Amino acid sequence: MQQRNDPARAGALPPRRSVAARLTELALRPEASVFFVAVVLVIYFELTANNFLTDANLQTLSQFVAAPVILACGEIMLLICREIDLSVGQVFALAPFIMEKAYNAGLPVVGAIVAALIVCAMVGLVIGLITVHLNVPSFITTLGMFFLITGITLTISRGFPADTPGNGLLNAILGGWGYAEFLWALALVALMHVVLRHTRWGLHTIATGGNAIAAAEAGINIDRIKIGNFIITSTLGGFCGILEAFRIGSTDPLAGGSNIMFLGVASGVIGGTAIAGGAGTIIGGLIGGIVLGILQDGFTLQGINAFMFDIIIGGAILLAMIANIQLARHRGMRPQ
Amino acid sequence: MTAPQAQPQPQPRGPEALRAEGIVKRFGSVEALGGVGMQVAAGEMLGILGDNGAGKSTLLKILTGFHQPDAGTIYVHGQHQTLNTVDRARALGIECVYQDLALVNGLSIYHNMFLNRELLKPGPFRLLDHRAMRERAMDALADIGVNIPNVNLEVGRLSGGQRQAIAVARAVHSDAKILLLDEPLAAMGAREAGQIIALIERLKARGDIAIVMIAHNYAQTLEVCDRVMLMQHGSVTYESHAAETSPAELLEIVRREYREMRGG
Ligand SMILES: Nc1ncnc2c1ncn2[C@@H]1O[C@H](COP(=O)(O)OP(=O)(O)OP(=O)(O)O)[C@@H](O)[C@H]1O
Ligand SMILES: [Mg+2]
Repeated sequence: MQQRNDPARAGALPPRRSVAARLTELALRPEASVFFVAVVLVIYFELTANNFLTDANLQTLSQFVAAPVILACGEIMLLICREIDLSVGQVFALAPFIMEKAYNAGLPVVGAIVAALIVCAMVGLVIGLITVHLNVPSFITTLGMFFLITGITLTISRGFPADTPGNGLLNAILGGWGYAEFLWALALVALMHVVLRHTRWGLHTIATGGNAIAAAEAGINIDRIKIGNFIITSTLGGFCGILEAFRIGSTDPLAGGSNIMFLGVASGVIGGTAIAGGAGTIIGGLIGGIVLGILQDGFTLQGINAFMFDIIIGGAILLAMIANIQLARHRGMRPQ
Repeated sequence: MTAPQAQPQPQPRGPEALRAEGIVKRFGSVEALGGVGMQVAAGEMLGILGDNGAGKSTLLKILTGFHQPDAGTIYVHGQHQTLNTVDRARALGIECVYQDLALVNGLSIYHNMFLNRELLKPGPFRLLDHRAMRERAMDALADIGVNIPNVNLEVGRLSGGQRQAIAVARAVHSDAKILLLDEPLAAMGAREAGQIIALIERLKARGDIAIVMIAHNYAQTLEVCDRVMLMQHGSVTYESHAAETSPAELLEIVRREYREMRGG
């Protein structure tokens, strides 16, 4: 486009927005309602369970929140381009075993981690190629992967847990220290937020999910976008599994699984990402994950049992979806 | 089918910008194009008319690199080219307003206007320059005289004509040397259509841009185009300089072709 100095331009500039207008816009953002819910929940549990805002409990909370949030970062990208990965919890379990094998084969810890992440990225690549080029819906592709990877993990581990290699500072950074995994989650949220809102990749992901034909007509390689987001999701899943391995000190071959995957998807959906594609927010996924964590942790402190927890989570997801759909009607602007 | 060619092929004026020969395109068992040729020169405007389903949009999408032809050759500025991606065609200066407008409803106006040619901030991280895109989008819209209150607005919130104006503004403000327009006035009000036509004529007057426009309004097409081409059932059935034909003659040819097709 050419640079123009058109006098008509001054008239086309949007008028300066008042503070009230800005606040309204903020309040209508998909993240805002779930943030409000998070604040209310914190106040509620602080008042009813007297040891909610203690260091020990916040650490527990942060550890519960970290994994769903990291997985949500990938799933949100996929949901935006109208795909999903049901197998990310399986990659989560597989990665620490690849890392252990590579370490035992003589690689240093960091090298072993990189090797594991490469394997995870390959899993994402295979999922993407099957989905995009063989036209298998990702729901089905990753359902197949779900069982396939479970079998691989059980086979290479022979069903036994693996000890996490390494020690000292590296170990603390990678999850040994109480808040390490949560800080990783925050860092990855920041990174993926920038990718989604401030890079061509993010914009093209939204375009692909919003109108695939239009995106292709504009010259966007939608196959590449989808495959890339499968790779991102699997790699994040594997990295998350490795962080958990460092926090706990060992890995069970049945770690992760559908439970952690659905918590990741639920975090994204509660945070305001539309399952229909074309829109989503990483920050919302963070807050969604925190809400799920607060619910789990708060009700545990109150002594509510695990069955009840599932009922509450189910209700929370339904309410969040209804709220998001209703609020979307009042949003016409796409704030940047 | 072989159509009787009423006149010798009218030659385009000026240096040739785009030429296609023997373009064939099949979708499964449907032959959308059965050996179509066309050419357009810089500074010239070619109108393509024809029934629904004649293959007009398919031809255009082959010229933008969106579809790959099953046979045929394409020359851009005299050079043989394989337009295997939209990016390739764009790099050669080919821009298009698609019939479906190619807009993403959930994205803002300015994101749509810069879709896949985003402006980036300087620096190693290749971050989007939202501010620059917003400002240039406002410039472009003001320039074509479209009434859009705010470029942050989601495209899905706009009227059909406004959406069309955005698609036109996007193609026109891209420094295209070959501009392909698939029914660019279909949803426009009379005033806005007049503005777009004035804009197209200004571009034509620059002399270095070749324009191809698909339309359904014979009189309007003959008024703004230098040459017209009639397409029916995947073939070109008639070509003429705009000054040498009339809406009535074109309509008569269309009717005759239609009868022949039904009869034979
Ligand atoms: N992507 C596609 N897949 C299958 N068939 C297609 C596809 N695109 C076009 N066709 C077929 O090709 C033929 C020509 O379609 P095309 O869109 O080029 O017509 P058109 O001349 O632009 O018509 P209109 O005036 O209605 O826009 C039609 O029979 C159509 O069904
Ligand atoms: Mg058409």
